[in-house]
Amino acid sequence: MKHDFNELRLEGVTRRFAGVGGNAFNALSELNLTVRRGEFIALLGPSGCGKSTALNCIAGLLALSGGTIRLDDMRIDTLPPERRGFGMVFQNYALFPHMSVAKNVGFGLKMRGVPASQIAPRVTQALKLVQLAGQEHKLPGQLSGGQQQRVAIARAIVIEPPLILMDEPLSNLDAKLRLETRSEIRRIHRELGRATIYVTHDQDEALSLADRIVVMKDGVVQQVGTPEEVYAEPANLHVARFMGYRNVIELPVEGERDGRVTLASGDIRLSGVRKLPLSGTHAMVAIRPEEISLAAPGAHANVIAGRVDNVEYGGRDSLLEIVTPNGTRLHVRAPGRFDAGASVFVHVPPERALVYPQEVH
Amino acid sequence: MAPSGASAAAKPQAWGEHLSATAVRRAGFDPALLLVVPAALFMLLLFVYPFVYGLVLSFEPKEGGALANYHHFFTSNRLWPTIGTTLKLAMPATLINVFVALPIAYRMRQPSPWRRTMTALLVVPITLGTVLIAEGMLTYFGPKGWLSQFLQAAHLYDGAIRLTHNYWGVLISLVVSGFPFAFLLILSYITGIDPVLARAASTLGADSRAQFRYIYLPLLAPGLAMCFCLAFVQAFSVFPSAVLLGAPAGPTRVISIAAYEAAFEQYDYSLASAIAMLMGFVQLLIVAFVLSLRGWFYKGPVGGGKG
Ligand SMILES: Nc1ncnc2c1ncn2[C@@H]1O[C@H](COP(=O)(O)OP(=O)(O)O)[C@@H](O)[C@H]1O
Ligand SMILES: [Mg+2]
Repeated sequence: MKHDFNELRLEGVTRRFAGVGGNAFNALSELNLTVRRGEFIALLGPSGCGKSTALNCIAGLLALSGGTIRLDDMRIDTLPPERRGFGMVFQNYALFPHMSVAKNVGFGLKMRGVPASQIAPRVTQALKLVQLAGQEHKLPGQLSGGQQQRVAIARAIVIEPPLILMDEPLSNLDAKLRLETRSEIRRIHRELGRATIYVTHDQDEALSLADRIVVMKDGVVQQVGTPEEVYAEPANLHVARFMGYRNVIELPVEGERDGRVTLASGDIRLSGVRKLPLSGTHAMVAIRPEEISLAAPGAHANVIAGRVDNVEYGGRDSLLEIVTPNGTRLHVRAPGRFDAGASVFVHVPPERALVYPQEVH
Repeated sequence: MAPSGASAAAKPQAWGEHLSATAVRRAGFDPALLLVVPAALFMLLLFVYPFVYGLVLSFEPKEGGALANYHHFFTSNRLWPTIGTTLKLAMPATLINVFVALPIAYRMRQPSPWRRTMTALLVVPITLGTVLIAEGMLTYFGPKGWLSQFLQAAHLYDGAIRLTHNYWGVLISLVVSGFPFAFLLILSYITGIDPVLARAASTLGADSRAQFRYIYLPLLAPGLAMCFCLAFVQAFSVFPSAVLLGAPAGPTRVISIAAYEAAFEQYDYSLASAIAMLMGFVQLLIVAFVLSLRGWFYKGPVGGGKG
């Protein structure tokens, strides 16, 4: 197996499963993606959207129902996993319970026929990279969850695979360990420079690790872009919701000019940026809680009056739930402490109020 | 107001009870262990008592000293070779059952409709019992049975086919009755191994054969040893098929036949007890040996994840 590549090209990769009552459904539809050398790609989406299916198709653990996968000019989607030689890290570690840490890490080398005398130093080096030097002789059951996951990472990278696949590697760890291991993964990626496809349902993980993010829903890719693009310019309402635009409000359209849209109902009057062509009398506006700020009373543009209904104190700031006189709820993140029941005015910057067409139900 | 006061008063008491229960447990006695008593009594009455009774009886022969029965067993040409005869049947039968069941069960490790059918089919011989199997085999494998007629009609083999009333008849019946048991037991061990381990191995370059050798086999070894022991004990106490399908006067005169004859033809219960004790002792030796091999293998949980 070759140790590096220029391009991994997925074209129309599709996987169908027999669903309940014999209705086949696409767990993954027409995935098109080109992964470049050394790139860190995150597959992001809610549980059940087909991320693992996509990863298993690339690893060779699932056969494709359609499409092709090419590594440079070689077609690989017909090869079994053991001939593709991609390193894979599983959600629940999948360490071999009967083998020591050193045996686990050395397994891939042994399968490649590397002589034992060369396996040992490479295992030591890999364990050093994941900061587990000295644990060679323990069994996986004697390690903590975080250590086990680092053994799994060492096991995947020691074979120097052209591509590393990770399926929610941090989701079984507690919050603190998750942050630490996340930085480890970032550091290891920088040191090795291996292309990585990383599956996660956590947008913070995707934003902090990836060079490019692939957002998925129901087996269909919604957006491919850099973390900045996906964060600031969600391609549609699904992506917006998933990326933390907690306020999604349906409002009547009053006017539209040069990509600027004015929406108005009884007690709310907002202008925002149109992201997709609108149709119909209503539109949806999506706003992040942290992009709304408190404002002085007065009839400025994009100011909404309301009453604080609920406060979640968060240390540096508080998450407020504000109700307008007509009952629309807004989530606002604001510094300081607040009391429920207080009257407030909030300001929505027009360039950060993203307007999308109404959802079809 | 009164009810809430009462419940408040009841609380510390409940706490006290909880504490004392914990204290008792810490001292090494868990009241839940009392639930074992009926089962233990049952064991004592149904197993330990007959065993001790038989053991004592075996040292009280009709004539001679305390060891006369054992002396007789090892000097009689009609008795001591039965150990070899039985082992010659039980060992191959057990080895065939375990090591044929293993690759088939491995092939069926993924759930499929095929596996369900196979499982259902294999449960049938277990429920039928050995006598019915013997009768069926007499019909199929006898000199005038279907197999013989078919082979001769197809001109595949023209000689006499003797698969009943000899060693082979008994061996085949031990395989027919023991194989499903071994298969189902091994299948349950195999399906208990997290398939993600094999997937992980495959991404590391292990083909199906290597996955079996390095992942499944080591994790199965303790279960295989257990399965071997159970299958062996079952085969070692073969009786009905040795009589019905074998040649009970000669090549398949197994140890249980010797014990039966001593008890019910010579009415020498003491000798019969001695033979039964020796039978148990041989089984124990083999089982202890096989289980001691387990010490070489990993015996922990067979999952790949945490916990
Ligand atoms: N082996 C399978 N058989 C049938 N359906 C499956 C199978 N594996 C996954 N699915 C379905 O495919 C969809 C996507 O699953 P998956 O890729 O595991 O999602 P994710 O990893 O994003 O949570 C889900 O609806 C799941 O129920
Ligand atoms: Mg998944």
